[in-house]
Amino acid sequence: MSEILEKEFITDSVFRMRVEAPEIARKRKAGQFIILRTCDEGERIPLTIADASVKEGWIELVVQVVGKTTKSLSELDAGESICDLVGPLGRPTHIELYGSVVVVGGGIGIAPSHPIAQALRAAGNRVISILGGRTKDLVIMEEKMRATSDEILITTDDGSYGMKGLVTDALQALIDKGEKIDLVVAIGPPIMMKFVSLLTKKYDIPTLVSLNTIMVDGTGMCGACRVTVGDETKFVCVDGPEFDGHKVDFDEMMKRLRMYELHEKESMDRYASS
Amino acid sequence: MEEKKLTPKERLKIPSQVMPEQDPRERIHNVDEVPYGYDEELARTEAMRCLQCKKAPCVKGCPVEIDIPGFIQSILDGNYRASINTIKLTNILPAVCGRVCPQEEQCQMTCVVGKSLKDVAKAVQIGKLERFAADWEMAQGETEMPEVKSPTEKRVAIVGSGPAGLTVAADVRREGHEVTIFEALHKPGGVLIYGIPEFRLPKQIVMREVENLEKMGVELKTNMVIGKVYTIDELFEEGFDAVFVGTGAGLPLFMHIPGENLNGVYSANEYLTRANLMQAYSFPETDTPIARTKNVAVFGGGNVAMDSARTALRLGAENVYLVYRRSRAEMPARVEEVEHAVEEGVQLHLLQNPVRIIGDENGWVKAIECIKMELGEPDDSGRRRPVPIKNSEFMIDVDTCIVAIGNASNPLVPNTTPDIATNKWGNIVTDSETLKTSKKGVFAGGDIVLGAATVILAMGQGRKAAVAINEYLASGVW
Repeated sequence: MSEILEKEFITDSVFRMRVEAPEIARKRKAGQFIILRTCDEGERIPLTIADASVKEGWIELVVQVVGKTTKSLSELDAGESICDLVGPLGRPTHIELYGSVVVVGGGIGIAPSHPIAQALRAAGNRVISILGGRTKDLVIMEEKMRATSDEILITTDDGSYGMKGLVTDALQALIDKGEKIDLVVAIGPPIMMKFVSLLTKKYDIPTLVSLNTIMVDGTGMCGACRVTVGDETKFVCVDGPEFDGHKVDFDEMMKRLRMYELHEKESMDRYASS
Repeated sequence: MEEKKLTPKERLKIPSQVMPEQDPRERIHNVDEVPYGYDEELARTEAMRCLQCKKAPCVKGCPVEIDIPGFIQSILDGNYRASINTIKLTNILPAVCGRVCPQEEQCQMTCVVGKSLKDVAKAVQIGKLERFAADWEMAQGETEMPEVKSPTEKRVAIVGSGPAGLTVAADVRREGHEVTIFEALHKPGGVLIYGIPEFRLPKQIVMREVENLEKMGVELKTNMVIGKVYTIDELFEEGFDAVFVGTGAGLPLFMHIPGENLNGVYSANEYLTRANLMQAYSFPETDTPIARTKNVAVFGGGNVAMDSARTALRLGAENVYLVYRRSRAEMPARVEEVEHAVEEGVQLHLLQNPVRIIGDENGWVKAIECIKMELGEPDDSGRRRPVPIKNSEFMIDVDTCIVAIGNASNPLVPNTTPDIATNKWGNIVTDSETLKTSKKGVFAGGDIVLGAATVILAMGQGRKAAVAINEYLASGVW
């Protein structure tokens, strides 16, 4: 059992949760994730670690309500507990001095990009962050990202905040401006990561993406999370979650993410009516 | 007692006692255990068949060397407590082993009764008698705990709570050492929990065995992935004096044929984990989904393939095809498991091999293409090598595929502990008697050493490792 220390809604459907987990906090590195289960009948879902404190012994998760498990998690309050929490899982982001790095965070993907931006900057990189959301409210963690970035660009689909357009438009603008970019790190919806990767491929800019596939055990035992990267099948849980965006078969991954669409809807409807 | 006067000839005339089972037509609609077990009368009649051989070749056939004639004699005497205590001297999981051991290749294969009757199936049903004794004890409510010696102040970490880890835990704890088991999943038991289905091994039995260990003072920590939250080196820094790695064969193999990443293609590990550990049987009362499909193809011929096929039936599949590239005689699965599967309606597609999986526009499996095979010369495994027959390809309509062709070793511990030597398959290399690895203080056993094997072989290694750990902790000599 892991106690919830704080919970706060950032937008209507996105919340931040601080959970007591001293052993995970001590070991986690940027890019790693946890798996949790809210109750005994619950499923195991992976969530990327957004922040942690070794001193205070907690990790922070930023979660969007999309199905039954995230909905029931959102209903837990400080003082209550999560039934199972395991981590840190996955390989950490490879951090080194690349030069100039653009960190692209889309929607809920901004949360996991935060510790990566932090680590890259600590390693001496110049960090330009591009934050994107459908509308102003969905551009989360702006202050935190500003604090870890040398430059920040914001885009919204509807133009309600920052530049009207997609993160790829902002990235294109940077490229057009002649900005020297040594690495792009993109975390967000698969479709966003796909188009960022297509764009950077044209300019031969190395690109890392962080994949959030369906998982069960998270230790390489089941293979639910497999993706095609280049000519190989990789397991996101133990080989990833980060991969070369130019090699990931995003179309296949997006289809696999929809594998349990009907079950998910059924589960959610049942929960909502109970 | 009268039965003691029976001559060997008379004993050989007693037919092997059949264990009653759930009707196949009924049981595919539930997940309850298939065989009901012997009652006292059946057990004692079966026990009468044992010749009480002095040399007892059955004992040598058992990886943990249970005193088989001894426990069978106690059943015959009606002293069931003595019987189970005899078994538990060397086997801490009798209720599990009585159900899942391949006795026909071990103790029953060497049984003199089976040899005399020229049919291994007619050997004394040692496994069923073992189950009887274990179930009798469970029915009494209280289990007798092995004695634990006074504390030694030495600490042992056990990584993985499968059959190897549980065995080591019991044998090391008995010596008075402090024992902590680290389990990656949220429930202990390893393959006994996530892999072997409820209808073959009720989970309550596994939980009970684990609770017994806890009553002996073994500490259990779930949700701990060693290699991630602590490395092996960090366990030593935390004050452990020895570490046993029993992390199993947790890395599913795929066939590398086109279409393997389509929706509806599962590794057997995933399919069984969803069904067993995550109880997808009960979706939507439980939250973990599993494909609701009608036509399922299972690839492979081992016990895991049988478990997957039989699980698919219980999840509502109308047709389950078991596609295996050799013939029924070469199947690595236990005879009993194949028989159970066929009785339940699993359709054997023998001497066939899938060559590609075909998907629909949404990325879901809709068919498989197979090729027919014939048996050629024997290969390294001694089994005749299957050879494809040219231009014999054909299609089967399916909406789910389950790949059950085996497992490689889980890499999490070896990857983060480079000074533990592994072989080219990723298995940890150990001394065959002491199970010592190349790293001081670290022992390993079970599937992480053997590759994918059986519960009882893992337990056999666990016993050897425990002896060596106890010696190491007593002497301090590596």
